[in-house]
Amino acid sequence: MGRNEWPARLHVVTGKGGTGKTTVAAALALGLAAGGHRTLLVEVEGRQGIAQLFGLEPLPYKELRIATPPRADGEVRALAVDPEEALLEYLDMFYKLGAAGRALRKIGAIDFATTIAPGLRDVLLTGKVKEATTRSDSGRRAYDAVVLDAPPTGRIGRFLNVTTETARLAKMGPIKTQSDGVSSLLRSPITSVHVVTLLEEMPVQESLDAIEELTALNIPVGRIIVNGARPPLLAGARLTKTELKRGLIAAGLPSDPASVAGLQSEAKAHLTRRELEESLRAELLEADHPVVELPLLDGGVDRDGLNRLSELLMGV
Amino acid sequence: MADQTAPLLDVDALLADPATRIVVCCGAGGVGKTTTAAALGLRAAEVHGRRTVVLTIDPARRLAQSMGLTELDNTPRQVKGIDTEATGGELHAMMLDMKRTFDEVVQTHTSPQRAAEIFANPFYQAMSSTFSGTQEYMAMEKLGQLRSADEWDLIIVDTPPSRSALDFLDAPARLSRFLDGRMLRMLMAPARGGRSMFSLVTASFGVFSRAVQKILGAQLLTDLSGFVAALDSMFGGFRQRADETYRILQDPQTAFLLVAAPERDAVREAAYFAERLVAERMPLAGLVLNRTHEVAFDTISLAEAEAAAAQLDAEGDQQVTAEALRVHAGLLRQIEREVRVAARFTDAFPQVPAVAVTAQPADVHDVDGLRTIGTALAG
Repeated sequence: MGRNEWPARLHVVTGKGGTGKTTVAAALALGLAAGGHRTLLVEVEGRQGIAQLFGLEPLPYKELRIATPPRADGEVRALAVDPEEALLEYLDMFYKLGAAGRALRKIGAIDFATTIAPGLRDVLLTGKVKEATTRSDSGRRAYDAVVLDAPPTGRIGRFLNVTTETARLAKMGPIKTQSDGVSSLLRSPITSVHVVTLLEEMPVQESLDAIEELTALNIPVGRIIVNGARPPLLAGARLTKTELKRGLIAAGLPSDPASVAGLQSEAKAHLTRRELEESLRAELLEADHPVVELPLLDGGVDRDGLNRLSELLMGV
Repeated sequence: MADQTAPLLDVDALLADPATRIVVCCGAGGVGKTTTAAALGLRAAEVHGRRTVVLTIDPARRLAQSMGLTELDNTPRQVKGIDTEATGGELHAMMLDMKRTFDEVVQTHTSPQRAAEIFANPFYQAMSSTFSGTQEYMAMEKLGQLRSADEWDLIIVDTPPSRSALDFLDAPARLSRFLDGRMLRMLMAPARGGRSMFSLVTASFGVFSRAVQKILGAQLLTDLSGFVAALDSMFGGFRQRADETYRILQDPQTAFLLVAAPERDAVREAAYFAERLVAERMPLAGLVLNRTHEVAFDTISLAEAEAAAAQLDAEGDQQVTAEALRVHAGLLRQIEREVRVAARFTDAFPQVPAVAVTAQPADVHDVDGLRTIGTALAG
């Protein structure tokens, strides 16, 4: 599973809160950069999750180089999109506002515009992502891939379905043109939305709901990424106390009744958990999108952990 | 695993105290806020005999069903099939209908004709269903209504699944600041008999009005000014209500419970929130740390379990015990991680009482499950 297995150029990563979608997005940006490529990792919710993950100062509204892939050429740049800045940039691009743009901000116009029409905010955010995805520098693409750390599963449909949201307000004009452009990019093979989940009931349910919603909106769904997967221990094991006691004695460990019973109950709880995980895994497979599993990292997510996840995503 | 040094949160004392009238559960998304709120409500009714209402925002389908909630209808429904015979308590639950609550606020503050105009305006339709913060504001509005109806011993509020837990505190102020904002006043100038911004001739305003016309188009401007004029009549009301709700939250009859899971982001949110509550002089009762883990025996350490598993693997005939020991080691490692993460909160707020609730093997779908969580919450 190399770069070829990730054919899109814009990778949108969503998932229920707490499933590790920022981590997965960062690992994917690293993986796709390997082999001399340049990728852009974007966040849009003002959480500064990328900076925290990489242990950096809060990111400005600027594309900065933040990392290089493990054992390979390439670079990852990061951008935290701020809707105000995006609106000013947009106005400047199309209307050459210059200093007047700053005056707009001063009187609260920007805040006003993005508040009164929340769809406008999303158009600006996704518009900036589109711009980075399609940008060229002297005939070459600025980025080989763009990875968006997107809003969670509960809001992803509305966030990506910009046309409907803005069509209610703007029936013509440049905002309409902008949102139409974003909309067609998001519905093209250039885009792929990946859903991150844990093998727990709520995240799996929300992932399946989001996949259904996105499919209905004709937005292409890519992979389901199971995060924090645990190794399959004790498959089909018979957990008798006699057996465990014998093992503990062989290992020279305490084999008093309390220790044996404790070990047995932990192992049984593990098996119960595993059964539930198996049925959730089966539900995910039924969704008919490729499923990738990433292991739970023993040491937490540090740079080594991220590198390891990035290599696993690329099948290294 | 809460830090051993943090005082234990006495949930029963909090729920039993007649002076506790509102419990607000807040925290990052996905930490089990709604389940915690429902479990607290059930315990308050069953064990402490209080007439309790739980206000939930967007609960998971099966959790809602466990309380007999099938639709967003903004009306408290009594939860059947619970055991309050001994105590005489009651449990009611409701799901917030954001749009309907907003409509009600509009109807309260303006004439029927004005209300109809507002409802028909596309800006109102967009704002009442998608304005970031509307859900938070409406949750607060509903809390205010339940509080002033004065028919509940205890109101338990589950806060919206915000991007950030702080949105819940900030949204009402943001909405009223917005409605009171300079921009809106400029747009409304004609309605108030003053000069419209579009007649202003200063350079930036000139550029601004041109830009607005160009970008937004004439139709949108007409809708916008209609919306703004209609909202004008409601200014005072909105502001006043936001202020009142804020005061309710500062009242000692209110208790904030921070809900977190032992994960980096969730604990960071809880710490931010604790700082804010202190700064805003809002009563922080404690921290509920959900989904922690525990071992069933403590005679074998992490290092011993790992070394023994490797040894048994090498010897090759005690596979089951080797894997069981790996399960034990995994659990110990997870607990270590949880303690380390939780310490970020307890080190910063050593005086805040905390209680840990052990992870359940499966999600809660019924009243029995809520009761189990309630017992765990009571320590």
